[in-house]
Amino acid sequence: MKDQLFGKNLTELQELSITLGLPKFTGKQLADWLYKKEVSSIDEMSNLSKKARELLNEKYELGLTTPSKVQVSIDGTKKYLFPTLHNKFIETAMIPDDDRKTVCVSTQVGCKMGCLFCMTGKQGFQGQLTAGEIVNQIRSIEEYGHVSNIVYMGMGEPLDNLEAVLKSLDILTSEWGYAMSPRRITVSSIGIIPAMIRFLNESEAHLAISLHTPFDEERRKLMPVQIAYPIAEVVHEIKGWDFGRQRRVSFEYILFKGLNDTPFHVRELVRLLAGIRCRINLIRFHPVPGTPLESPDEETINSFRDQLNAKDITTTIRASRGQDIYAACGLLSTKELI
Amino acid sequence: MAKAAEYSRAEIPLFSVKVTQNVELSPGVFLISWMSQLHFIPGQVVKIAIDRLQPPRIYSVCSGNSGDRMSIIFNIKEDGYLTPRLARFIAGDVLLVSAPYGSFHGDHRPAYWIATGTGISPFYSMFQSGLSDQKVLIHGVSYLNQFYFEEELDWALGNKYIRCCSRESDERVFSGRVTDYLLATNNFPPDYKYYLCGKSLMVVEVRDLLISKGIPYENIFAEIYF
Repeated sequence: MKDQLFGKNLTELQELSITLGLPKFTGKQLADWLYKKEVSSIDEMSNLSKKARELLNEKYELGLTTPSKVQVSIDGTKKYLFPTLHNKFIETAMIPDDDRKTVCVSTQVGCKMGCLFCMTGKQGFQGQLTAGEIVNQIRSIEEYGHVSNIVYMGMGEPLDNLEAVLKSLDILTSEWGYAMSPRRITVSSIGIIPAMIRFLNESEAHLAISLHTPFDEERRKLMPVQIAYPIAEVVHEIKGWDFGRQRRVSFEYILFKGLNDTPFHVRELVRLLAGIRCRINLIRFHPVPGTPLESPDEETINSFRDQLNAKDITTTIRASRGQDIYAACGLLSTKELI
Repeated sequence: MAKAAEYSRAEIPLFSVKVTQNVELSPGVFLISWMSQLHFIPGQVVKIAIDRLQPPRIYSVCSGNSGDRMSIIFNIKEDGYLTPRLARFIAGDVLLVSAPYGSFHGDHRPAYWIATGTGISPFYSMFQSGLSDQKVLIHGVSYLNQFYFEEELDWALGNKYIRCCSRESDERVFSGRVTDYLLATNNFPPDYKYYLCGKSLMVVEVRDLLISKGIPYENIFAEIYF
């Protein structure tokens, strides 16, 4: 199998150019063709010599992958199915909202984390995506060119595939790449602390932490990762971090009926997050087969939001989008295609 | 309800220990040990590294908490950094290890311990720490030679030690995966605790199966390799 050009950073493109006996500046030309000029083959890179294109074609392919299936929700949300390099499949969601188009990208085939409420976790883990496969989910959808925001909240735990995620962020935000503002990108994690620290150091994108309950024992039963990286320790690290004025940290909180929607939880969330300038996103639970959890009613959700806002924690309720095509939060899965 | 635990440590420090033993239990799977006086709760994990070039990896302790030795089981990941090198360690080599931590704790309450492969580690630690009363151990493997500590566990636990083997058969062993065994078995007590340790797919499948058999999810504790 030929190596892929798409997904390489500038340094790698310069190195491969030198290895092929081409001038180092070919690397910059390649980056322009790959990330700024939308070519679909090496032969279209017209400012490269014929010999350079032949050399590149011998060892490399462009590496773009088109989606094999697209589903459209009644609310306009789309779900794209992409094949991976290793003959697996991943899903990507595109959520339109007025003039915003947010793409929710996957970072792994499946997930190792085994959260009780997540459909992706039920398929286990089948592999890591490359940086190219992550960025391709933005480059190869119909809305490419009109994407306003990117969230790393699709299949997989992004910080369990840190190298590829950091590289994809580099491609998306560098001047030689797509030159997007990192403030339009949010990476979500359940809080793998060493990887989170590296992410905070090496990227400027926003961070979202899947919190779901402030209580240790309760979170352990919902999210096995709590055993290795307790939320209190995750929050402690975040408290020690200077996010500056532009960078944002938020906490994702799926509400489960009678489990994590009580005034005790409001009180403990306030205590846990004291001192952090943050936002809480409340998410309705989208039922997953075989899971003994339910979503609370709208009144409870609104009340939970209001209680947190009254305690000066900015709290919003995330709109459920794409539920009819299983594109909503926690529902992405390619288990049937394994 | 308890308050969320307070933590004050940034990164768990690693310290040097001398390896006392490194034994190949089955092809590609090793039990490595070192001298340690550290107190730990059976079920906890340690971070392991061989240098400071690469981040450490997390392993469940696989020894009892009353001895002067600590062990882990690891299997060689051919494309990995740590384990191919760790497999070549011999007595006297220096390993970097963290203090034990984590909250996958065994106790004296009645429980099922359900593991696949090297996921036996925390349960063997609990077993060696005297927590095996009122416990049923279900261990699933691919091949018969992967029932680590089989003789000792069989002798001590008798019919409360259930072996499941998916690719080889033996009259003492259930033929099939752990999930096949659980599907074929009924009357799991709902008030027992269920501890699961293994790869994510096994854990989520076993958890779903137990829930479908009436076990409250609150009684299921999972530790996943990642």
